[in-house]
Amino acid sequence: MDLINFEATELRLGLPGSTGEQPEKKSTPSPVNTNKRSSSEMDSSISEKQDSSRSPPPTKVQVVGWPPVRSHRRNILQGKKSESEMGSGIYVKVSMDGAPYLRKVDLKVYKSYGELMKGLQEMFKCIIGLYSEMEGYKSEYAPTYEDKDGDWMLVGDVPWDMFLTSCRRLRIMKSCEVMES
Amino acid sequence: MVYSLPEEVLEHVFSFIVSDKDRNVVSLVCKSWYEMERWCRRRIFVGNCYAVSPSIMIRRFPEVRSVELKGKPHFADFNLVPEGWGGYACSWIEEMSKAYPWLEEIRLKRMVVTDESLELISTSFKNFRVLVLSSCEGFSTDGLSAIAANCRNLRVLDLQESEVMDLSGHWLSHFPETFTSIESLNMSCLGSEVSFSALERLVARSPNLKTLRLNRSVPLGKLSTLLHLAPQLVELGTGAYSSGIRSDVYSSLSKAFLGCKEIKGLSGFWDVDLSYLPAFYSVCSRLTTLNLSYATIKSPDITKVISQCPNLQRLWVLDHIEDSGLNALALSCKNLQELRVFPSDMYAADANVTLTEQGLVSVSQGCTKLQSVLYFCHQMSNSALITIAKNRPNLTCFRLCIIEPRTPDYLTHEPLDIGFGAIVKHCKNLNRLSLSGLLTDRVFEYIGVHAKKLDMLSIAFAGDSDLGLHYVLSGCKSLKKLEIRDCPFGDTALLANVAKLATMRSLWMSSCAVSIGACKILSQKMPMLNVEVIDENGTLDSKLDSCLVEKLYVYRTVAGPRSDMPGYIWTMDRDSSSRI
Repeated sequence: MDLINFEATELRLGLPGSTGEQPEKKSTPSPVNTNKRSSSEMDSSISEKQDSSRSPPPTKVQVVGWPPVRSHRRNILQGKKSESEMGSGIYVKVSMDGAPYLRKVDLKVYKSYGELMKGLQEMFKCIIGLYSEMEGYKSEYAPTYEDKDGDWMLVGDVPWDMFLTSCRRLRIMKSCEVMES
Repeated sequence: MVYSLPEEVLEHVFSFIVSDKDRNVVSLVCKSWYEMERWCRRRIFVGNCYAVSPSIMIRRFPEVRSVELKGKPHFADFNLVPEGWGGYACSWIEEMSKAYPWLEEIRLKRMVVTDESLELISTSFKNFRVLVLSSCEGFSTDGLSAIAANCRNLRVLDLQESEVMDLSGHWLSHFPETFTSIESLNMSCLGSEVSFSALERLVARSPNLKTLRLNRSVPLGKLSTLLHLAPQLVELGTGAYSSGIRSDVYSSLSKAFLGCKEIKGLSGFWDVDLSYLPAFYSVCSRLTTLNLSYATIKSPDITKVISQCPNLQRLWVLDHIEDSGLNALALSCKNLQELRVFPSDMYAADANVTLTEQGLVSVSQGCTKLQSVLYFCHQMSNSALITIAKNRPNLTCFRLCIIEPRTPDYLTHEPLDIGFGAIVKHCKNLNRLSLSGLLTDRVFEYIGVHAKKLDMLSIAFAGDSDLGLHYVLSGCKSLKKLEIRDCPFGDTALLANVAKLATMRSLWMSSCAVSIGACKILSQKMPMLNVEVIDENGTLDSKLDSCLVEKLYVYRTVAGPRSDMPGYIWTMDRDSSSRI
């Protein structure tokens, strides 16, 4: 049985053009104005310095430490918001060929494909193996998912965040069957 | 003095003198009183842990039972103080562990505490009773395990808003089965789930438990179990306040609250499910403190609750309460002393909540005992501030945050100078003030002239020139803590008021117009001050005197420059600046 040739599809786990996950970097503030002291100069250099995420119009500028809400409270309130946006968990059914019953996983628990694979591995105590661009899956199983359009896709093509929003259910297929369908 | 009282009598008299100020005065009367007082002082409060060293404290006061320390500057709460700044409790705890074997109480605020220190506390003080870690960080649940396991007589464990490395909820299970002394437990800041059966058993065997603040992960369905085991509770912090649609949970919760005849304070209320709110209505009439500031419930529902709490003295709430809810508060809660209204959305300029200055005006009118206000809103007017000031001259703490910096009076488009001016003029006992909105130097003139009892002042995005700062430093007699950000205050005002700084606990200035040269001069003139320049970006050229500093922290001290500064802090040496 041939291992599936994945080279043609050139699948990667990152965003197109990126080499991997890059944390969003804050723009380094411009250096302190060293020799001008009038108020108007100060105003402009302050706002330049403070803004790491400036967005027009100026009235909506997010300034470090303003409004003065304690981090503890801020985290809870902001955490609340994102939770209500994403729902309290993205539960999808997981079926595995040959297994007598299905399982459910909360995709929100995982931060990456690697973590998801580990979790599925645990769950089904089989060796799915880590997906890799060049080598393909090293085992006889391949993880697939049904997306919003009802199509069955190979897990790992799209960026993780996109996967989270489009994945409806998971199916761990026997590798030989992937080729046939 | 021709005659003097015997030592035992004096000591007995001194034992009634509790306040630090009074004790300090007593110690200045004469040498023998100084000696006697220092041997019998039992409580120490150090407002700035770098103002004095542990050894100095221990040398003067050998028989201390209770120590309270504060570390980082207040603006650390808003992420203005960089990581690694300091505030380490380590050396204090180490020295106290050797010098004060009978120490009973440690209270720390904004300090960095390690697991090793917690372990040391748990094994060094045989009669240790009270541990309060408020807004602290640097420790994990392992440190808590040591406290739980070893402190046989612990009465209070309060982790208020600390950042704890939450390794597991297992720490609670380390309280031995023989441990029954706990009176107050606040674990609300912890994320992980504790073993409920361990919690249940702990509560069951603690007859003196008066304060219990649970964390979010304690399910609502289990709350009634705990309440049945502790009907003597006075302060309760719930966990998550929702449980799906479970009528059995509701009825048992309702019944449990009925059994709690002593509850005076409620907090918690994360993830509130409205249908469960009425479950605690039976305790409302007795409530003096209510913290709904994590509950995103709408005005009508909040109103329903507070209109059943006629004895409310302290209310913390989100701006969802809106003007309508505040009107109801003004009508129902005539004993209200403290109101804090927090923002639900920190950035939206037009939030979907109708909370304006009117709400605060209503409360200032209806609640005649109101003393302390913290209010986040989007608009304010001078006329509203003047009305509030005239209504409530008994205000002692007034902190107003208009969310958008430099917002003028929305009616007249003028600065809010006269509004805040009225506040300081009428509220003669004002000891804490936070300003916001569009403000010129004039407001500082008013503050300097009128705010004679002001102890702490917070200023942001205000003023036109050095004159503003000068008014404050030269006028505010009682000022101890001044924190300023993003104001055009600079060298002239600072250098004209150097002596004032020695009468204050601390001065914080960030994103202002102070130069390195001025810091050097200040440091030279005032050897009893530590002048610390924070240069996170590494752009400071200390040889260029006109170079402006990012952040400046100045405080008086008898301990000299500190030895634990990170690389980005410069101190101004007498002759030249040095980075330690």
